[in-house]
Amino acid sequence: MQQQGYWVILLSFFTAYVLAVLPLPQWLQWLRPEWVALCLIYWVLALPHRVGILTALVLGLGLDVLEGALLGQNAFALVVVALLCLTLYQRLRVFSLWQQAGTVFVLVGVNQLVCQWVQNLQGVGAPSLLFLLPAVSSALLWPLVLHLLRQLRRHYMVA
Amino acid sequence: MRLLLAIVVILGLFTADLRYNRLQTTRSVLATLVTPVYWVAELPERVAQWGDKHLHSRLALEEDNERLQRENLVLQGRSQQMASLQAENVRLRALLNSTALLRDDVLVAELIGVSPDPVRHQLVINKGLADDVYPGQPLIDADGLMGQIVEVSSNSSRALLITDATHSIPVQVNRNGVRAIAEGTGSLGSLEIRHVSATTDIQLGDLLVTSGLGGRFPEGYPVAVVTEIERDPGRTFARVVARPSAALDRSRHVLLVFSTKHGRGD
Repeated sequence: MQQQGYWVILLSFFTAYVLAVLPLPQWLQWLRPEWVALCLIYWVLALPHRVGILTALVLGLGLDVLEGALLGQNAFALVVVALLCLTLYQRLRVFSLWQQAGTVFVLVGVNQLVCQWVQNLQGVGAPSLLFLLPAVSSALLWPLVLHLLRQLRRHYMVA
Repeated sequence: MRLLLAIVVILGLFTADLRYNRLQTTRSVLATLVTPVYWVAELPERVAQWGDKHLHSRLALEEDNERLQRENLVLQGRSQQMASLQAENVRLRALLNSTALLRDDVLVAELIGVSPDPVRHQLVINKGLADDVYPGQPLIDADGLMGQIVEVSSNSSRALLITDATHSIPVQVNRNGVRAIAEGTGSLGSLEIRHVSATTDIQLGDLLVTSGLGGRFPEGYPVAVVTEIERDPGRTFARVVARPSAALDRSRHVLLVFSTKHGRGD
């Protein structure tokens, strides 16, 4: 099978990285959507044969370095998310948009929870449940991300 | 199979990083690779700055100019006595048989990123190994101490702020020299002074400066101002909270201090 469009996937991940570190005003800090997780979820759903656990691992390591987190924290969280997606993708594909958004809420919530565990290991846990807010904002943004990335994928025929 | 590989890699990284702190070089290489992400993320800010610089009304510029001239006059007036005071200081120190206070060398750096995670108080600045930045180097702004460098890559480095929950710094009260440790609380506006006994002479409004003990921070940089003291007779220690002097969430240009031990280029 022809594998093309690597650059589209890479570009979308790069954009997600940029959005993940874009400076935000103080009051928005806790609401920042998990762009990288969203992007990963989309690509696993769309191309489970190409984007999977190893992609999640490498992607997470990059995010760890960007955030200055313990090396492996985001890698761990994203691998868990990718694994869940890989087992669920056949069901997720036939879900309605809002059902998908609900699943994304759970997936990103798991991502946040795993990150929180690791941060607590290191002694820098969040003081309250505010760390779950990104799951809400990510779920709300899911329709937009889905639409955008789907257009991109169809336009450049990434398969 | 892949899953197994991923698990092994992650567990290996956790132990190496958390337990043995072995990954400094790996981290700095990776950090160099992802620096472009910070550059791109910073673009909108740069554009806005360019706009600020180039699109000013004439009136605003004139007002600015006038204000700066006034300020300059005041500062010049204040600095007239500086030379004689400095000489006097040197003489007095000689009398006291203490070593002369050397002025530290500084390097201006620009902020290119802040940690996206609200519980981690870290900054990324645009100077790195190429400018002789070293881990542990103090970082200050115009008003006080900000933090220290924890990670250096070739063209950028990462600094830990004094308010991060994992940071603590030896300080002394400027008024009477009482020593204490100021710990970060995880909120940008406050530091907690730990283990101050209830009878210690420390008051509201006291300026805390670096004590130079521990050998990491040079002596005498302002750190925080005491804003809250709670002396509960039922407890061994008083609860003392202080507000950092540096504009931790606003400074864009910061200064890297080269202490005499780590001179530049030697």
